[in-house]
Formats: sequence, C-alpha cells, structure tokens
Amino acid sequence: MVVPRYERRETVAFVEVKSPPPPANALSGAVADVTALARGLGVTLGYMFQKPVTIQYPEERPRISARHRGRHELERHDNGLEKCVGCELCALACPSKAIFVEGAENPPDAPVSIGERYAKTYIVNMIRCIFCGFCVEACPTEALQLKKVFELADYTRESMIYSKETLLAPAPKREATDSWMPG
Amino acid sequence: MPDETIMDGLFGLDGATWDMILAVITALIKAFVIVNGLLLAFAYMTLTERKVLGRMQARFGPNRVGPFGLLQPIADGIKLAFKEDVTPRQANFWVHMVAPMMALIPALIIFAVIPLGPEMRILGQPWTWYVAKINVGYLYATAIASVGVYGLVLAGWASNSKYALLGGLRASAQVISYELAQGLAAMTALVLAGSLNLYEIVNQQVSSGLPYALYLPFGLIAFVIYVVAGVAESNRAPFDMAEAEGELGAGFHTEYSGFKWSMFFMAEYVNMINISALATVLFLGGWWPIPTDAPGIIQGLGPIVFLIKIGAFMFMFIWLRATFPRLRFDRLMSLGWKVLLPIALVNLLLTSAVVALWPLGVWPFAQ
Ligand code: SF4
Ligand code: SF4
Repeated sequence: MVVPRYERRETVAFVEVKSPPPPANALSGAVADVTALARGLGVTLGYMFQKPVTIQYPEERPRISARHRGRHELERHDNGLEKCVGCELCALACPSKAIFVEGAENPPDAPVSIGERYAKTYIVNMIRCIFCGFCVEACPTEALQLKKVFELADYTRESMIYSKETLLAPAPKREATDSWMPG
Repeated sequence: MPDETIMDGLFGLDGATWDMILAVITALIKAFVIVNGLLLAFAYMTLTERKVLGRMQARFGPNRVGPFGLLQPIADGIKLAFKEDVTPRQANFWVHMVAPMMALIPALIIFAVIPLGPEMRILGQPWTWYVAKINVGYLYATAIASVGVYGLVLAGWASNSKYALLGGLRASAQVISYELAQGLAAMTALVLAGSLNLYEIVNQQVSSGLPYALYLPFGLIAFVIYVVAGVAESNRAPFDMAEAEGELGAGFHTEYSGFKWSMFFMAEYVNMINISALATVLFLGGWWPIPTDAPGIIQGLGPIVFLIKIGAFMFMFIWLRATFPRLRFDRLMSLGWKVLLPIALVNLLLTSAVVALWPLGVWPFAQ
C-alpha cells in the first residue's frame, strides 16, 4: 500500500505589513478607498464561481489520513492467534483511564495468544477515550491499533463501552496452526 | 373596463357604478397578488441569499430539503410557525405584539404605487401594472417607509432589554439620518422628471431614451448615493447597526421569537425589494428600454425587464453583505451626515440649476 505523504503545514510567520502611504489629497484618498472596495467585491465574486470546498459527507467520504487515530482494534497474527499478551501496559499508559485489561495464564492446550499470558477481559470505554494513541505506543506487541473508523456515535452509554469481542480483529479464514510462534 | 352596454342597468346599477365596483375588485385582486408575491419573493430571497453567500464563501449553502434545497423556505416557515412565541415578563405586551406588524405592513403596502410595466391593453381591455397611480407616488412611498421605522423603535422599547433598546435607538438614528441623503438623491430624479408620479417619472426616462442614472454626471452621483443610503435604510450589512449581532445580541429583535421574529425578517427583505423597485423607477427607467407605447406583446416584456432590474439590486444586497464588514456606528453617522448628505445637496442644486437654465429640454451631458 502506498502511504500518502502527510501534508506539511506552512508555518505561520509574522509578516510585517506595510501600511500604504497616506493619500496626497482627499480625492486620491477617496479613489483609493473605492478601489479597495471594488477589489473586495471582486474577491467574493471570484469565489462564487469556484468549486465549493465542502465535502458532502454521507454521500461523499472524507479523505482520512493514513495515520488517523480512530477506533481501536486488537490485531491478530496471521495464524489467528491474538497479538495481545495481557501485559496491561496500555491501561497504564492511558491518560484518561479508558482501558481495563485483565490478564490470565495462556492455556497451553488451547492457546489464545502467542505469549504466556493473554487478555481475559479487554474493555475500552469510548466515552473516556481521547484518541491520543498512547496505548498504541505503549503496546510491546503491536497488538493495539487505532483504525480509520470515525463514525462512533451511538444512543446509549452502555453501547460505548467496547468489549474484547467488539475490539478484536476478525479471525482469519484458515485454521489456527498448533505452533505458538507466528508463521 | 367592461363594455357598458352589457353591464349598464344590471342589478339596477348604471355603467359608471359598475366601473367603480370592478375597479375596486381589480385593485383588491392586484393587492392580493402583490402581497403574496412579495412574501413568496421574501421566502425565496432568503434561500437565494443563503445559497449565494455560501458560494461566495466556497461552500454550498442549503441543499438538503428538496432538489437543490428548493423546499428550504417551506421547512423554515413550518419551523418558525411551531416555535414558542415568547414575550419577556416585563415587556409591554401590546406594544411588543404590534411592533412586528408595524414593521411589516408598511413594507407590504409601498409596492402599491410601483408601476411594474407600461399601461397596455389585454384583449382590448385596458390593463395597468400598478394598484394605484397617485400624483405624489414618491411621497407616499417615503412616508410609508418612515412609518416602518416605528416598528423597529417600538420593538426595541417594548422588549425591556438593553440590547433591544440600543438596537432600536440605533435603528431610528440611522434610518432618520439616511432618509435625508436618500430623499435628496431621489429629489434629483424628481427634478429631472418634474413630477412626483412614479409612472410619469418612468415614462419620461423611457421616452427620452435614457434612464436618469445615465444623466452624467449628476444622475449617476444621485443614483450611487440613493443606493448606498438605501442599503442603510434597509438595515442591511455593512450598515446593519440595528442588529449588529456581534455587539447587541440581535439588536431590536433580540426578544422576539417564532412568527413575530419572522415578521421582522419579512419586513427587512420586503423593504429591500421596495428600495430596489424605487431605485429602478427613479434611476434605471423602470421598463426602459421597452418603449411605453410599443405593440402589446413587447409591452408585456416591460414587467419582466423591471423584475430583472430588481433582481440585480437584490444580488447587489447579498454581494455587499458577503464582502464588507460592518461599519462602526460613529463612522456610519459621519458617512451619512458628512459625506452623502452634502454631496447629495450640492448635486441637487447643480441639477436644478441645469434644469432651470437649460430650456432646450435636452440634458446637456447626456449625449
Ligand atoms: S487512545 Fe489514549 S485515551 Fe484512548 S484508550 Fe488509548 S491511551 Fe487511552
Ligand atoms: S494491548 Fe498491548 S499493551 Fe495492552 S495488554 Fe495487550 S499487549 Fe499489553
């Protein structure tokens, strides 16, 4: 995938604005004023014949930056095992205490993650989350990602508390291998 | 008027009485059409304004209700009709209620004297494009327009709110001072026409083949002053001191909601239409370049030409609003009293001198 380059913003600099010299007499002053008014009218008229910049949202999708911080997702390895090892570092890093992780021993006969432990409970409270991305930075296994999904509105507070099932990436089609190590 | 031989003696009334009755009925129908036409024009003017403002700010404006947002005014109207009508507890109830009507009704009745097109015959019957042709038509229009200011002032006073009071005071001060410059500018056209009858004024311009705005230089100066003062008269940006939402909440209509509020809104837009129509009559020659005594079909184009000119003025109102920031109040006053008024006065004097001293009946600077 070609990652679009992040657009550089121009730095705002303070420019010294030179005020025009005072008019020589009242008449030339009036002429200058009227010219300025006409220039202003020209600007608005010019804009009228330009294409509006508005994005017609529900029909037209906005262009989302490649590094947009939207909804969380818990990733999986190619073999279907969860990347999350239940270390709770994300919960510690979160400034708004939006994440709750309860780790547990990874059962060797039916492994959930590739580590010794896995996340038994994983909850993100989307009402508290400020989408700072600290949890993603903290995660040692790159299990947690912030995706481009931004349409998160819902009708109840309860529905804003995302459980592990909601957050987990869908399991790959093929069967998980026995190997604990990623393919 | 109908054939006297048919109507004469019907129900025991003679032909002259029938003529009168029919004239009254025609006038009533015309008045009905004009009032409803003005209100419809108001509704779609709000849509046009929002659309044009939107495009001038590189956005779309309303485009969700109906195709291209064409049903937006109806949605707005329904919304306003269902809004709660609030009267502040300490407000003077009756004055608070009457003020919006005092603003709207004068705005609606000014249009009675506007001659939209030349007198003509339709199917052999005489037909006129105005409700009334009175020989002091211009005086009527300005007198009624001045009554409209009471609506604003009373609204400001009756609301018992400091913002509304300040807005009302500003409205009265502004409208009264700009009326002078506007009146003097209009006088230039009246002097050129030698009549106060709006139909006569248009007729003179059409028959001389040149609207007064092109009677250089005085006509043009008067025209510009008239338009600038007209923008101030109708309390529109950049002269919308009476509303000045940045400083006064919403000015004189701060304490109004629902349908009373929308009556002020209607009054503002209908006043814009009136000022455009008067400027068209006084300076743009009404249905010029359609000759008054052209054959029937071409005469019928007269009202269309007239409406196109009004439309151009309305676009100018929106364009000005999209472009210019609001003036400071003292600047507004000094522009009216120290710039527009003296220029209009000198302009009127010079025009009168030329008209009096040039007995040839031809405007010397026109050709
Ligand atoms: S994005 Fe920030 S606020 Fe949201 S869960 Fe992660 S660390 Fe917490
Ligand atoms: S998501 Fe990452 S940081 Fe959070 S518990 Fe799982 S492995 Fe640890």
